[in-house]
Amino acid sequence: MLLWQILIDGFAISSLYALGATGFALIFGVSGVLNLSHGALMVTAVVAAWAAGNDLHLGAYAGATVGIAVGFAATIFTYFLIVRPLQETRKIREEEKEIFILTATLLWGIMIQELIAYLYTNNAKTVAPIVQGVVRIAGVRTPANEIFTAVVCWLVIAILWLLVNRTRAGKAVLAASMNPRGVTLLGVELSHVYVAVWAIYGILVGIAGVLLGMFLGVSSYSVGPLTASAFSIVVLGGLGSVSGALIAAYVVGYLETITAYLISPAYRTIPALLLLVVVMYVSPRGLLGRR
Amino acid sequence: MKKPATRGASTSKFVLLSTSAAMLALAAAAPSHAQSNTPIKIAVIAEAQAVAGSSIPQAAQLAADEINAAGGVDGRKIEIISYDNHSSAAESVRAFQRAATEDHVNAVIASYISEVVLALEPWTGRLKTVMVTPGAASDVITQNIAKDYNNLKYTFHGYSTSTSIADATCDAAKDLLVKDLHLKTAVVMSEDAAWTTPLDAEYLKCLPQIGLKVLDHIRVSPDTTDFTPIYNKIEGEKPDVMITGISHVGVQPTVQWKQQEVPIPMFGISSQATNSSFWQDTNGAVEGILYGAFSGPGVAVTPKTLPFVAAFKKRYGNNPSYCGYTAYDEVYYIADAIKRAGSTEPDKLVDALEKTDYVGTIGRIQFKGKDSPNPHALKIGPDTITGLMLQWQDGKQVNLWPANVANGTLKFPKFVKVGAAD
Repeated sequence: MLLWQILIDGFAISSLYALGATGFALIFGVSGVLNLSHGALMVTAVVAAWAAGNDLHLGAYAGATVGIAVGFAATIFTYFLIVRPLQETRKIREEEKEIFILTATLLWGIMIQELIAYLYTNNAKTVAPIVQGVVRIAGVRTPANEIFTAVVCWLVIAILWLLVNRTRAGKAVLAASMNPRGVTLLGVELSHVYVAVWAIYGILVGIAGVLLGMFLGVSSYSVGPLTASAFSIVVLGGLGSVSGALIAAYVVGYLETITAYLISPAYRTIPALLLLVVVMYVSPRGLLGRR
Repeated sequence: MKKPATRGASTSKFVLLSTSAAMLALAAAAPSHAQSNTPIKIAVIAEAQAVAGSSIPQAAQLAADEINAAGGVDGRKIEIISYDNHSSAAESVRAFQRAATEDHVNAVIASYISEVVLALEPWTGRLKTVMVTPGAASDVITQNIAKDYNNLKYTFHGYSTSTSIADATCDAAKDLLVKDLHLKTAVVMSEDAAWTTPLDAEYLKCLPQIGLKVLDHIRVSPDTTDFTPIYNKIEGEKPDVMITGISHVGVQPTVQWKQQEVPIPMFGISSQATNSSFWQDTNGAVEGILYGAFSGPGVAVTPKTLPFVAAFKKRYGNNPSYCGYTAYDEVYYIADAIKRAGSTEPDKLVDALEKTDYVGTIGRIQFKGKDSPNPHALKIGPDTITGLMLQWQDGKQVNLWPANVANGTLKFPKFVKVGAAD
């Protein structure tokens, strides 16, 4: 019974982690950007979906759509306002740009966090779930919303996989992540690839955020922990490797769930962080890292 | 200055600030004249970004504007100076120091977080500045005063202590759960914080006395986002009811309780549920949750309660949170004490506050004396302040207890199985 409970809950939370971390891994792989405003963008999507439901009185579907749209818009805005000017400026030396982008996105995330707390308070927000009620799986009373979360996550990841491996544009993205210079020699405009990747990332952030809002809820305080969890999943999986991030998401998700059930919910995140330290010692590239 | 109550807070504050700056300059030049018409300054250090905390500066401003519209205190206006502490003890201490030494306030209304108030408490003595809290609950605040009265007498506990809150919850549980529903067992679930330590201790003592056997006592980390494992554990122990003590967390445990259809009723303290926006915040998941309070919308605890709620709602668009009621009362009884003392001198103000006998929105305010184990704690009882037990029903907060001010009866959502634990 407890085993089933852990399996089911762990699967739902891990799927959500996987979706959240995939986009994060993708933009690092392709453009070398570690976006530390990741958590803030997810929280923005949740708060937008919540506000659409409560202030504009939209239904669950419309609210979720608004959340995804705002998450997407905020991500694109982040790219054009924060990241791209730093990538293109000549005032900063090439080798220093990564650290500038890192700092800029971190500060941007804090600004978003404070703005959300100012406008909508720092209390937790939840998004009205699209599916309600509970289903019994192997005797475990499982919220239908939890199943919905896992199914949507995997659908989106599958679509992403098809996009990257089966379409011309997707292959250009894949190629850019392997060898950016080589891609430009083939006549692909690298900045177009960046925009495409950030657009995909924006949709992933929006969907992951809204699902998280329906499943567990977030507050402006969640900005830091969400960025940290995406970061540690991606580092554990190997920076830039999307499949590594997927595996790492399940490792972290199940490790957390097992800890919460068998030891204490208060120590939930500790074993995964210890594992991260160990992996960094043994294999600094992570599970499937290329960089 | 025809309608001070409806003017933009920032402009009027600016005007007041510049006026007071000018008056300070005057005071330096001619100290003997300035005393009589300088404004009385009350600092409000609060969690302005939190749902519950945001009511504190709003309610205080409302009270100040009402007092000023009625002529002030012996002709002196009351000026509220607000500081947002971002729920941080360190920021609160800085704000307190600034309020006392730079802004020269006459009293401070501070915070609903016990950790914050405990951090400020020694500063009330060091800077000889009167402080009243509208929402912190830990008994330790007043226990400290008992240990070091001469230094800490400047601190007043304007909200009930955790022990009294637990007792009120037990009294309500005795009538609603034991007598009416014949429930027999409970699990105590509270967040790990300073205010719940005395709360839980009293729960564990008073619940068995009223006939509810405590099967387990679970303390939840305030960082918890996924409550599934906790509910799973509690359900495994098959209690008839969960007795709660939550304030920093609220939305997530409530939403997940509904989403997972945990069949056990929740009863106790859920501070965020006191706010009228909690229905929206949880998308209605709070339906059926019972929470204790000292005030509630539509409950005429005193003749002042409903007019206050109406004025607050008219001005700010929502109902006040629990610490809005207390902050509103505090401005009034601080003003009353200053009037009685005839001075804002801290020691005289303390003496006058100790003699407070004021009927506010939550009841009759009187403080326990110097010789009590909890000096400066509110007196709780039938003659002063009594608790309520409310339940969220169809988007409304309905009062169920005590019977003489009840405006509804118990009603649970379908998934809650009352008394059916096997």
